Amino acid sequence: METGSPQNTGTAEDGQAGAERVGGDHAGDEPRWTGLPPRLLRMRRLLLVVWLGLLTIGLAVVLGLFAGPAWAAFALLPLALMAWGWVMLGRNWRSWRYAERADDLLISRGVLWREETVVPYGRMQLVEVTSGPLERHFGLASVQLHTAAAATDATIPGLDPAEAERLRDRLTELGEARSAGL
Amino acid sequence: MTTPGVDDAVSGLRPVTERRLHPVTPLRRAWAPVAVLIGWAVHDPDQAQRQLTRLTTTTLLLALAVLVPAAALYGFLTWWFTHFAVTETDLRIRTGLVFRRTAHIRLERIQAIDITQPLLARVAGVAKLKLDVIGTDKKDELAFLGEEEARALRAELLARAAGFAPETAHEVGEAPSQQLLRVPPGVLAVSLLLTGATWGTLAAAVVVPTVLWLATESVWTVLAAAVPLFGAAGASSVGRFVTEYDWTVGESPDGLRLDHGLLDRAHETVPPGRVQTVRIVEPLLWRRRGWVRVELDVAGSSNSVLLPVAPREVAESVVARVLPGVSVPPHASLSRPPRRASRCVPLWWRGYGLAVTDAVFAARTGLFQRSLALVPHAKVQSVRLSQGPWERVWGVADVHVDTGANKTVTARLRGAEEAAELLRGQAERSRTGRKVARPDRWMA
Repeated sequence: METGSPQNTGTAEDGQAGAERVGGDHAGDEPRWTGLPPRLLRMRRLLLVVWLGLLTIGLAVVLGLFAGPAWAAFALLPLALMAWGWVMLGRNWRSWRYAERADDLLISRGVLWREETVVPYGRMQLVEVTSGPLERHFGLASVQLHTAAAATDATIPGLDPAEAERLRDRLTELGEARSAGL
Repeated sequence: MTTPGVDDAVSGLRPVTERRLHPVTPLRRAWAPVAVLIGWAVHDPDQAQRQLTRLTTTTLLLALAVLVPAAALYGFLTWWFTHFAVTETDLRIRTGLVFRRTAHIRLERIQAIDITQPLLARVAGVAKLKLDVIGTDKKDELAFLGEEEARALRAELLARAAGFAPETAHEVGEAPSQQLLRVPPGVLAVSLLLTGATWGTLAAAVVVPTVLWLATESVWTVLAAAVPLFGAAGASSVGRFVTEYDWTVGESPDGLRLDHGLLDRAHETVPPGRVQTVRIVEPLLWRRRGWVRVELDVAGSSNSVLLPVAPREVAESVVARVLPGVSVPPHASLSRPPRRASRCVPLWWRGYGLAVTDAVFAARTGLFQRSLALVPHAKVQSVRLSQGPWERVWGVADVHVDTGANKTVTARLRGAEEAAELLRGQAERSRTGRKVARPDRWMA
């Protein structure tokens, strides 16, 4: 997926700064961006470390026993992957943000594959709050918006449960007030 | 939306009268056992031969004596247990012998009503009626109704969906229809001959079996390849001619009417304000004659052709009727992507174009077969901007506009600044566009 090269990082940040500037230009309706809680990043990094750590140990043991200690050095590959993933997760986490405007919800995400979605409140058919066992343990919940178009991909992963519920209630309330047919 | 309490009170005033389908309905599946037998015989001819020789007249008669009444009973019971009723707010279909199923289809959510008549149904004088609402499937069609009954029911459903008072909905009757356009069979035939797909499938149907014969010399392999290929070739030429024969577009207060078909007749009605997207497609070989095909997307409906073939000016005037207040932006007014877009999509970048007017978002794609998609601002469900790493290097981005018919119209490779402006602007335009859009109940 992501191949972080230094130039791309630079342009990515320029791009984000640009997006903020354009957003700021919008007279009287400046979007207030909200990021995701750091707990989400902590959960993702923990998962990464646990899985790749297990893989490293398993690979090192198997290679060391059956192919000789020199081959065990290959177990460093998952470690390198882990270091790279650590950085990538951080960048991806920083790129996620959303803003509630007067009439629509903005979601912006991605570093290399940047995507920005605008969903008018009146178009919402369903707001869904989901939370798996792992997410619950870390005190996280995701909010997903559905419109009549299946292509609308408006998900905010890993919010604070209280914030997720506030957002859900606010979105449903605004959606009802501005509701429109197809 | 009415609250349950009000609903009960209303239905308490006027008892819901339930009706049954046309009595020929049980016969609709009569051909199925025959088809199964034929399929089995074709699939395994030797076995079938052996079984047939073993059959005596008595066993045959015995089997018939058991099977025919059983099938007749099943058909009769399914017909007997299928009821439908029209209430103030919805069409209710109650069906099922063992597993009960009740569907309530809300009339104000109707996207289109289709009456179709397969060839045999035309002989029997019956028709199928189907309501297109998001989420309905084949089970929710009323098959079969008497021809006159189907027309009367359609008129009543449309009158109720339009918001006429329930007492008068019966008497409103069929809204008068005014014919806008009729496609002559000759033009349709020429247009199909000038379509690349017709010749492409035909060429494949000739070339592939020949090559296979030279390579394998096995009759079965050649047949296995040739039959589906010829089937596809037939469907794309003769099949399209048969379905699109005598294509008539009419306009009535109930919306757009499309009637077509040589053997199977179909009559579709799309109420006002239901069209989500209109596409004007211009194949390469039609360009000299100035012909275009017009397709439309309605949520929950499978039909997508509005005009199989028509001169451009006529097509544009029909589009103006379908999407009131919309004029099709001319080719010259479409802005191309910036030159640097050629680094992302060589050559084909010239095919992309975009125009945003007060009423529509119009995006063109394709170099040889040009296709211009129009989305009224009021129909936009969400707007997305996406930009991959290579696109970022050249400072371009794509803008996607999602509509309720599950179609996404994409303006590709716009300049990054322009795309960001477009994203914000489109959200604003859709908001104001919705305010002036017509209500769901168009006569209310």
